[in-house]
Amino acid sequence: MSDFTSNFWNYYIVILTVLGLIFCIWLLVAVGKREGAKASDPSHVWDGDLTELNNQLPGWWRWLFWVVLIFSIGYLIYYPGLGAFKGIGGWTQIGQFNQEMNDLDAKTKPMYDSYLAMGVADLSKNQKAMGTAENIFLNNCARCHGSDARGTTGFPSLRSGAWSWGGEPAEIEQSITEGRTGVMTPMADAVGGPEGVKAVVAYMRSISNLDHDMAMIAQGEKLFADNCAACHGADGKGMKEIGAPNLTDSVWIHGGTPKAMEAVVVKGLNSDLKDGDFAMPAQKDVLSKGQIHLLTAYVWGMTHK
Amino acid sequence: MKFFSHETLETKLPWLIIAIVIVISIGGLAQIIPLYFQASVTEPVAGLKPYTALQLEGRDIYIREGCHACHSQMIRPFRSEAERYGHYSVAGEFVYDHPFQFSSHRRGPDLARIGGKFSDEWHRVHMNNPRAVVPQSNMPAYPWLEKTPANAATISAKMKGLTILGVPYTPAQIAAAPGELKGKTEMDALIAYMQCLGIHVKGVR
Repeated sequence: MSDFTSNFWNYYIVILTVLGLIFCIWLLVAVGKREGAKASDPSHVWDGDLTELNNQLPGWWRWLFWVVLIFSIGYLIYYPGLGAFKGIGGWTQIGQFNQEMNDLDAKTKPMYDSYLAMGVADLSKNQKAMGTAENIFLNNCARCHGSDARGTTGFPSLRSGAWSWGGEPAEIEQSITEGRTGVMTPMADAVGGPEGVKAVVAYMRSISNLDHDMAMIAQGEKLFADNCAACHGADGKGMKEIGAPNLTDSVWIHGGTPKAMEAVVVKGLNSDLKDGDFAMPAQKDVLSKGQIHLLTAYVWGMTHK
Repeated sequence: MKFFSHETLETKLPWLIIAIVIVISIGGLAQIIPLYFQASVTEPVAGLKPYTALQLEGRDIYIREGCHACHSQMIRPFRSEAERYGHYSVAGEFVYDHPFQFSSHRRGPDLARIGGKFSDEWHRVHMNNPRAVVPQSNMPAYPWLEKTPANAATISAKMKGLTILGVPYTPAQIAAAPGELKGKTEMDALIAYMQCLGIHVKGVR
């Protein structure tokens, strides 16, 4: 880099560096010409018997210094270093990095091209491809979805067979590429306070065969139809276009206890859009198209053996 | 006796000290000083803004808890690093960092491009107990962050201090800062900081 605010800095570096080199050369030459001190000189004797002499530098040391000086001159000619001078070798750090990346691309492109040409179903049965996909998964996805892809509270399992945003290959690919952010508004007021929340949860538990308070179902069913059905469907089976999950199955992303379910109803999810609390982050800037295609097949294959 | 002879330097200590200081300064004068006059080092990258009050408070918590002891914020231009962490770090991303958090240790992963990589909720769960989401993690838990309110009393003074170092906070921003921290926990602040790291340079290269 040599984007100096003023060309002065270019000359400043060149002069300091060249003067430094000249100084070192002068020092070596001057020191080389000097004669060693004589042991008889009394000014070099201390405490009666301690003699310290200004002897000539060892020859090997002086020659090594010459070698280093000549090397540095060659280095400054070939590599960038003298101010804005780019060096005759054309080397740059970023150039070397780009070369490394291009080499990798060239090496992996045929592989990814052949994978991109394959359908997701075929690809999910290709052991070599799935080995690569597993590495990509472990490096990029496992920290939320778990190394076994079974997720944890708040982070969906990819092996449950329940797909909030759809489980077809194209839908999975879209989820990975662009990310997903579902929004559920806080419903506590809409359903009429804590009693209403309890009733709605009781109804949700009844449609997914969990133990529930029978007495509250009727009230809960009406509240559900008025407030929840718009997104989760009249039958509670969800709507994948907006990521509203199926509430009739046994999969509870945010916990299946009455307490956890009530908390979601009260607080909603991602209701403050600035927050993006429960967002699946987009991977398009992180992974290549080929990698995303491989991952799609890997994730799809988990539930399609 | 010659003035710049070996004898003069060895027997007159002040001259020896001055000569040593001159010699060892040359490297710094040639390599460090010109960096202050290089656009790629002093100009922010496109889109980079000074930290908001909440992010800035989070950054101070990051420093207080010693996150920099195990996490670097510096992706070097090597293939292996770009493949794992994203685009290599550029100087223009750190112009508002006083001091920068490059760090020199990686007991944990690099965090230079952690922004947007995980959801806020992941960070919350992870900070309370890293094992809850990454079973093999050896990171300590920081459960007190969620229970401690962010310190709104000192934020304006911090921002004023940063303006002296060249961060362009406006008086209005400084005046509004304590309000932005109202009702926020240290966890909120730390997550806000992490979510803004490295988001202005995208892609692998």
